[in-house]
Amino acid sequence: MSATLLRASTLRAALRAAPVASSKRAGLVGATFVRGKATLPDLPYDYGALEPAISGKIMELHHKMHHNTYVNSYNQAAEKMAEAQSKEDIKAQIALLPLINFHGGGHINHTLFWENLAPTSQGGGKPPSGALAKAIDDGYGSLDTLKEKFNTALAGIQGSGWAWLVQDTQTGKIAIKTYANQDPVVGQFRPLLGIDAWEHAYYLDYQNRKAEYFKAVWNVVNWKAAEKRFQ
Amino acid sequence: MDAKPAQFHLPPLPYAYHALEPHISRQIMELHHTKHHQTYITNLNAALQTQATAMSTSDLATQISLRAAITFNGGGHINHSLFWLNMAPASSPDTKTSSAPTLTEAIIRKWGGEKEFKDAFSKALLGIQGSGWGWLVKQEGAKESSLTIVITKDQDPVVGAGQVPVLGIDMWEHAYYLQYLNGKAAYVENIWNVINWKVAEERYLGAQADAFKVLKASM
Repeated sequence: MSATLLRASTLRAALRAAPVASSKRAGLVGATFVRGKATLPDLPYDYGALEPAISGKIMELHHKMHHNTYVNSYNQAAEKMAEAQSKEDIKAQIALLPLINFHGGGHINHTLFWENLAPTSQGGGKPPSGALAKAIDDGYGSLDTLKEKFNTALAGIQGSGWAWLVQDTQTGKIAIKTYANQDPVVGQFRPLLGIDAWEHAYYLDYQNRKAEYFKAVWNVVNWKAAEKRFQ
Repeated sequence: MDAKPAQFHLPPLPYAYHALEPHISRQIMELHHTKHHQTYITNLNAALQTQATAMSTSDLATQISLRAAITFNGGGHINHSLFWLNMAPASSPDTKTSSAPTLTEAIIRKWGGEKEFKDAFSKALLGIQGSGWGWLVKQEGAKESSLTIVITKDQDPVVGAGQVPVLGIDMWEHAYYLQYLNGKAAYVENIWNVINWKVAEERYLGAQADAFKVLKASM
């Protein structure tokens, strides 16, 4: 996760590590670690505010239970990582990487996702404007075509994962990419807009009819958040 | 002229949709069988038809490009077909490990006890990152110490040479979400009440081809 994202993004407050009051003793060597802990960000709208596209029940479970589990599990893994680093135990550090990727990725993805959504009364579904709108027209011809291709990408995910509108940091161009499980958008690509295609994101409302969820979610997409991330 | 590949069909469940309650709800079983499993079969048949056409025209690129769709949808069909038979109503004597004397003996030799085995299997299931399955797998022709717990991602099936899928548990969210929500540990705990140990014993004593007979029957 790049420091640039943290600095540049309005999500700074949510993803910023908060100082932790208690520190942990590191056993035999007696060193202590003080590090920040990831925390669950507040939603910028009520749980029920995205209905009927996404029910209040889904939003509440998704935020309070699923996202929170990623936060807690990431903090546990990060704690173990800090211990392994202090002991210079390289094998233990490498063994922890999948957990950091999965739970840390889950935290990053959901934090970005909540910002990507908004009730219609707060701009949800309102088409993008400015430079991002132009990039979409240049790259896809129209917003409708982009949505169509995005939904095809979402429907093609085999298992759990996400689809993202990303910006290539090298060329500045936008693209649609899918990521497995909780793999976050890091490295060469900058995340602009992500849609969660895990079953827990829609199953209570849509069951196996995921195409209906992919269609409805555009009614509550907050393009303003994507515009702010676009550079 | 296009070749016509065999079409796969949805195998009927050997019990009613509500028969696994309260451990797995009727609503889950009905959606899982008539919608999810059926969709894998529909998409598999379409992919196999495209593949047959590509083969008849020696279109190698298309044949190779179909691999992911065939693995995913064919795997989905295989996994669910095996999974339905791995379960039985809790009231059935088949759900007692006494219905699997040889397998239980092998499990105890390998894990030290039935509880230790269930704990190890459950831990593996809860460690899956994303969608996937957990399987108890026997290696054909090897000693009983060849029993292993195998995690597969998405719909990857257990089809390696001589691998016999003795017992599989679906860890996709659609397998439990309507009833258990994010409480997947409770799903994992409860599913042991409806495991069909008689079928597991039969698969353990048989060969890979025996386990996959259910697929031939659904063609």
